[in-house]
Amino acid sequence: MEYQAKELFAAHGVATTLGKVVETAEEARSAAEEIGGTVVVKAQVKAGGRGKAGGVKLATSPDEAFEHASAILGMQIKGLTVHRVLITPATPPVEEYYFSFLLDRSHRSYLCIASVEGGVEIEEVAKTNPDAVKQIPVDPGAGVDDAKAAEIVDEAGFPAELRDQAIAMVKALYATFVEEDATLVEVNPLARLEGDKLEALDGKVSLDDNADFRHEDHAKFEDKSAADPLEAKAKAKGLNYVKLDGEVGIIGNGAGLVMSTLDVVAYAGEDHGGVKPANFLDIGGGANAQVMADGLDVILGDDQVKSVFVNVFGGITACDEVANGIKGALEILGDQATKPLVVRLDGNNVDKGRAILDELNHPLVTQVPTMDGAADKAAELAGAAK
Amino acid sequence: MSIYLTKDSKVIVQGMTGGMGSKHTTLMLDAGTNIVGGVNARKAGTSVELGGQELPVFGSVEEAMKETGADVSVVFVPPAFTKDACIEAIDAGIGLLVVITEGVPVQDTAEVWSYLQGKTTRMIGPNCPGIITPEESLAGITPHTIAGKGPIGLVSKSGTLTYQMMYELKDHGFSTAIGIGGDPIIGTTHIDALEAFEADPDTQAIVMIGEIGGDAEERAAAYIKEHVTKPVVGYVAGFTAPEGKTMGHAGAIVSGSSGTAQAKKEALEAAGVKVGKTPSETAALMREILAGL
Repeated sequence: MEYQAKELFAAHGVATTLGKVVETAEEARSAAEEIGGTVVVKAQVKAGGRGKAGGVKLATSPDEAFEHASAILGMQIKGLTVHRVLITPATPPVEEYYFSFLLDRSHRSYLCIASVEGGVEIEEVAKTNPDAVKQIPVDPGAGVDDAKAAEIVDEAGFPAELRDQAIAMVKALYATFVEEDATLVEVNPLARLEGDKLEALDGKVSLDDNADFRHEDHAKFEDKSAADPLEAKAKAKGLNYVKLDGEVGIIGNGAGLVMSTLDVVAYAGEDHGGVKPANFLDIGGGANAQVMADGLDVILGDDQVKSVFVNVFGGITACDEVANGIKGALEILGDQATKPLVVRLDGNNVDKGRAILDELNHPLVTQVPTMDGAADKAAELAGAAK
Repeated sequence: MSIYLTKDSKVIVQGMTGGMGSKHTTLMLDAGTNIVGGVNARKAGTSVELGGQELPVFGSVEEAMKETGADVSVVFVPPAFTKDACIEAIDAGIGLLVVITEGVPVQDTAEVWSYLQGKTTRMIGPNCPGIITPEESLAGITPHTIAGKGPIGLVSKSGTLTYQMMYELKDHGFSTAIGIGGDPIIGTTHIDALEAFEADPDTQAIVMIGEIGGDAEERAAAYIKEHVTKPVVGYVAGFTAPEGKTMGHAGAIVSGSSGTAQAKKEALEAAGVKVGKTPSETAALMREILAGL
């Protein structure tokens, strides 16, 4: 969110005005009083287009700030509820620019994108006047030193009177990008204020979860209020789960196989009343009873789910371990397991695995030997229960 | 023949003494890999018994290469130490560096990739199952029991889909199967593997498995059109993935209209690649091709 991005900017010496983050209209009034003069009341959600959605308003008095905050708090922007607003002094820009550092997957490198022709309307500028949007590669090994920062500023075409400020800002933004392990650091708009002062008026920072181990402070940026309750529950149990909109719960091992399973279930669903996969859940290599039980518990907590498809290919994991995992999970869950389970086991020790489930002979469990056949069965069961 | 890895490859393991490292070193030995030692600076001079073999532990990759003539290193060290392990191996001039570790910060990989430019090392991964030349050598975690030697070359972003596809086509077998990993930045790409399979006399047909995110499949399609004469079948996972949600792999995310499975499928088909809707349909397409060769 904007205020969090600005906190990171400020921590690395990027010129910005933090303002005050508040959660009630009353606090918004006090914040406006404290700041004085005209202020901006800005919705804080992880989404673009806040202004167009009515989530950014000017307030000339504390009472007006109270009114705007009342209207904005609780508002929905792109499906996200606004729980906080940021109150900042209104500093109308003389000119607006765009600036970002990001990970460039295609070139396995970093990229700087800068434009001095328009900030917030950057996408429009990119379409109508692409030459005005400069793309400058940055070598991750070499980084951005004084010379590189100067090259970026000159290439982007910042006005001469802002050159020194711009160079300092580029270096500070790169420091934010690298030291925070970001995949994107964006300032939009980067504003030229009265008195030729350069300032980050709004911004966005995307962080790399893989680097969390060296950034304990990043945990505070996680927006627990916006997370789906089932996703939050899965995360607490260390499961890789994404909630989707559908009726067939999915458990599998390996990201690629689970993605593929979602597709196969969606195709099969076309023949069974249009049922769809309800989630992505990768239980990884070690499909023991507890992991399986945790996974099933999360999926069965989804009221929309009518059937569950367990699709495991025994690679490193042996199918008999997985079958024992399913058996154990059903014991752990007891009466809470209420939806039919279609299980497809294949690969390492498949015969032993299937024999364990045959012997278990659980009323909820159906075994189907192929992925396509099992997907069809799971979709059929969900379609019938819909 | 095969690509990148043969029975003559001499393999060391960085992180051999850890849990993952020792487990998979044993499995690699089972697969026939010529493992000549491991690297752990804190345990230099000791040895470890794995799979009935006494394996020496060296203090550095450089020392291990000097003592054993190793030309391949498999990396199992934790994410926090992966960058340093890779740079050490690159500095020592290792020929093939297979990085299995999952969860490496992408900036670390970006730095390693930048460091590797102009050097002699080929990197596979990170966050990948590695590479197997069946019945010869395994540098990674792919189960060697799934399929034997044969005419198919396989390159995939995903580990379990690699296993699934090898299983579906186990009656034909594989020259080499390589899992390149699902991270946003990886060393060896689909294109690199396609180029090597095209040049490999024992590879008669190629299976390419992709997934949502990035534009690697589209670029591979353009490459196939220009440079690959052997038949290629493709599979792309993630048609039903919603925008903005990461599906397991850090790189598997659709942002806006870019990175969708549909766009990748269309690009591959435009390059003459037959694309299956499911793994089994893809395997069936490969069977048809092999029957016609």
